[in-house]
Amino acid sequence: MAANVETIEQVQATEKYKYGFVTDIESETAPKGLSEDIVRFISQKKNEPEWLLEWRLKAYRHWLTMPEPQWAHVVFPPLDYQDSYYYSAPKSKSDGPKSLEEVDPELLRTYEKLGIPLKEQEMLAGVAVDAVFDSVSVATTFKGKLEEQGIIFCPISEAVQNHPELVRKYLGSVVPAADNKHACLNSAVFTDGSFVYIPKGVRCPMELSTYFRINAANTGQFERTLLIADAGSYVSYLEGCTAPMRDENQLHAAVVELIALDDAEIKYSTVQNWYPGDENGVGGIYNFVTKRGACRGHNSKISWTQVETGSAITWKYPSCILQGDNSVGEFYSVAITNNMQQADTGTKMIHLGKNTRSRIISKGISAGRSQQTYRGLVKISPKAQGARNHTQCDSLLIGDTCGAHTVPYIECRNRGAVVEHEATTSKISEDQLFYCRQRGISQEDAVALVVNGFCREVLQQLPMEFAVEAQKLVGISLEGSVG
Amino acid sequence: MLKIENLHATVGGKGILKGLDLKIGPGEIHAIMGPNGSGKSTLSYVLSGREGYEVTEGTVTYQGRDLLAMEPEERAGAGIFLAFQYPVEIPGVPNTTFLREAVNAVRKYKGEPGLDPMAFMKVLRAKIKELQVPDDLIKRAVNAGFSGGEKKRNEILQMALLDPTLAILDETDSGLDIDALKTVADGVNAMRSPDRSVLVITHYQRLLDYIVPDHVHVLAHGRIVRSGGKELARELEKTGYAAFTGEAA
Repeated sequence: MAANVETIEQVQATEKYKYGFVTDIESETAPKGLSEDIVRFISQKKNEPEWLLEWRLKAYRHWLTMPEPQWAHVVFPPLDYQDSYYYSAPKSKSDGPKSLEEVDPELLRTYEKLGIPLKEQEMLAGVAVDAVFDSVSVATTFKGKLEEQGIIFCPISEAVQNHPELVRKYLGSVVPAADNKHACLNSAVFTDGSFVYIPKGVRCPMELSTYFRINAANTGQFERTLLIADAGSYVSYLEGCTAPMRDENQLHAAVVELIALDDAEIKYSTVQNWYPGDENGVGGIYNFVTKRGACRGHNSKISWTQVETGSAITWKYPSCILQGDNSVGEFYSVAITNNMQQADTGTKMIHLGKNTRSRIISKGISAGRSQQTYRGLVKISPKAQGARNHTQCDSLLIGDTCGAHTVPYIECRNRGAVVEHEATTSKISEDQLFYCRQRGISQEDAVALVVNGFCREVLQQLPMEFAVEAQKLVGISLEGSVG
Repeated sequence: MLKIENLHATVGGKGILKGLDLKIGPGEIHAIMGPNGSGKSTLSYVLSGREGYEVTEGTVTYQGRDLLAMEPEERAGAGIFLAFQYPVEIPGVPNTTFLREAVNAVRKYKGEPGLDPMAFMKVLRAKIKELQVPDDLIKRAVNAGFSGGEKKRNEILQMALLDPTLAILDETDSGLDIDALKTVADGVNAMRSPDRSVLVITHYQRLLDYIVPDHVHVLAHGRIVRSGGKELARELEKTGYAAFTGEAA
C-alpha cells in the first residue's frame, strides 16, 4: 500500500513536529481578556443582527455561572480566561477576498506547507475547501459548482448575513448554549466556522472539507460549525487540522452541530493533529470540543469518524441523538496518545425513536506516559422499542508507562432493546515487532504497520484522501514510542 | 559464508548454547537435529538477533561481518531469513502490504529502488503461481486465522520473495501433513543455488527426505556433538537421541 511506504519516508524525514512553524501576518486583534464588551466587539466586527448579539450575551452571562466540567480523566492547571485573546483576523483590504488571487500569498504558502495547495486542490482534487485561518475564513472554493445544486457551503459569519432564517432556526438547536461550560463559551465568542445546507433530495457531489489552523499566539479558537442535511440529502464532510509549535497552552473549544432530516445522511470525518506539546508535556493544544448530531428525521443517519492524534488534552464526545424512527448513529474512532498527552474521548448514543440503531467502534492506542480514556454512553429511552446498539472498544498499549481506561455507561429503559458491549485491552507484542524486523522492516515502521492494522476497521471508514493522511499520522504520532 | 565459533548464549540468565561451532559454506545445506530443549530454536534466534537472547561468549561471522553487532533488520537486509516455527499473526494488515513492505525494506538495504504496487503485484503473482500458494492467502491479514500449513506456506512465499543468502528453517515441518510438507520442501529445493545456503533445524528426520542436506549435525546440551553426511539423519531415526544426550552430559 502506497501509504505505508509514504509513512516510512515521512517518518524518516520528520524528527520533530512537522508543522511547527508560525506565519508572520499582522493580526487585527481585540484586547486580551473576556468581558461583555469583547462579546459585543466580536458581534460588531461580524456585523451581526441584534438577535445573535443577544444570544451571545445570554450565553456569556450564563457561562459566568457555570462550573468547569470535572468528570473527565484529565489533569491541567485551571484555565485563565482573561489571559487570552478572543478575536484576531488577518488584515484584509476590503471585506475579504473574493477569489484565491486575492488571498494573502503568505497564507497560501502556509497551506502549501501543510500539504493543502488550494490551487491544486481546486483543479485536481475536487474538494471544496473552506479554510479557517486565525478565526476568519479566507478562501472558499468550488462555491459556484455547489451553488448550482442549491448547496450552501460558506463561513458561518457569511451565512448569518445571507441565510439568517436557517442559522436562527438551527443554531444551538442540537448543542444548546448552556450545554456545558466549553460549549457555552463558544456560543458567546465564536468567531467563525463553516455553514453547510444541503437542500432536499440533493446528493452533495464532492467531499466538503475544512482545514482549521491556530496561528497567532494565545488566540483561543472558537469554531462553530452548523450542518443541515434536508430530507433525502447526503453529504460527506471532512475536517482536518494542524497547528504550529507553541509554548503556551492554547484553548480550542469548538462546537459542531449536525441536523439530519427524513432519509438524510451525514458522514462527518475528522483528522485531528493539533500540536500535542513536547515530550515533557510543555505546550500543546487543549481541545475541548462539543460535537453532536441530531437524527431528527425518520430513516436518517449520522456517522462520525475521527482520527485523534494531536492536542495536549482532548475532551471530545461526538454524539448522536436518534430521534427519528429507524435512524442510525455511528461512531468510529482512532485515538492515539504519546508522551504526556491526555485524551478523554468517546460518544453518546441517545436512542429516542423506534428501531433506532447505533454502532460504536473505538480503537485507542496509548504510548509514552500518556493517559487515555474511552467514555461512552448508550441510552435507550422507554419509547425506543426495538433499539439496538453494538459497542466495540479496543485498547492497545505500547510500553508500560501509559494508561488506557474504558468507562462505558449503559442506560436501558426499554425491555425490547438489545445492547452489546465488547472491550479488549492488549499490548503491542514483541513477537509481532520481531517478526517484522526479521523481514527487514525497521522498528518504527513495524510499530506503524501493526498499529495501522489494529485501526484498520476505523481507517477504512475515512474517505480515500483522508485515509492516506491518517495512515501517515499513525506512524508519525508514535515515533520514538518503542525501543 | 557463516562461521560460528565457541558460541555461548543465555536466555533469562539460563545457559542454553555452550560452545557451539559451525561453518556453513556457500550453496551448502546443513541440518541441525536434536531433542527438545537442546538449543535448536535458541540458535535460530541468536542468528536472527532476537532480543532476550544474550550472547556471553564466542563469535559469529557472516560474509566477513560481525553478525552479532547487527540489528535484526540489518541482518535481514544482509540476506538472513528465518522461517519461523510459529509465524506471527498481524491482524488488520493485508498480507500483500506486509510482503511489499518487507521486500522494499530489504531492497533498500541492497541499494535497489523500491517496487511500486503495480510492479510488486506482478512479482507477487508470479511467485504465488510458482509456489502454488492460494490466491486468498495474500489478500487476508498476515497469518491471521491461517491454518498451520498456510502459515508455513506463507513463510516459504516470503523466503522466495526476499531471496535470502542464508535461509534458516526453524522446525518448518512441525504441524504439517505430508502434502504440505512436500509443497514446502519443493519450494525450498527450487531455491537451491550455489550462492544460497540453508540451515534446516528439525526434530524429525522426515523433512530431510525431501530437503536433502549436505551435512547433518546433532545438537545436544548446547553443543554440536556429532557431524556427518545425510546418512547420519537416518541413523538418528533408528537410534534416537538418547545416546547423544547421554554422551554430552
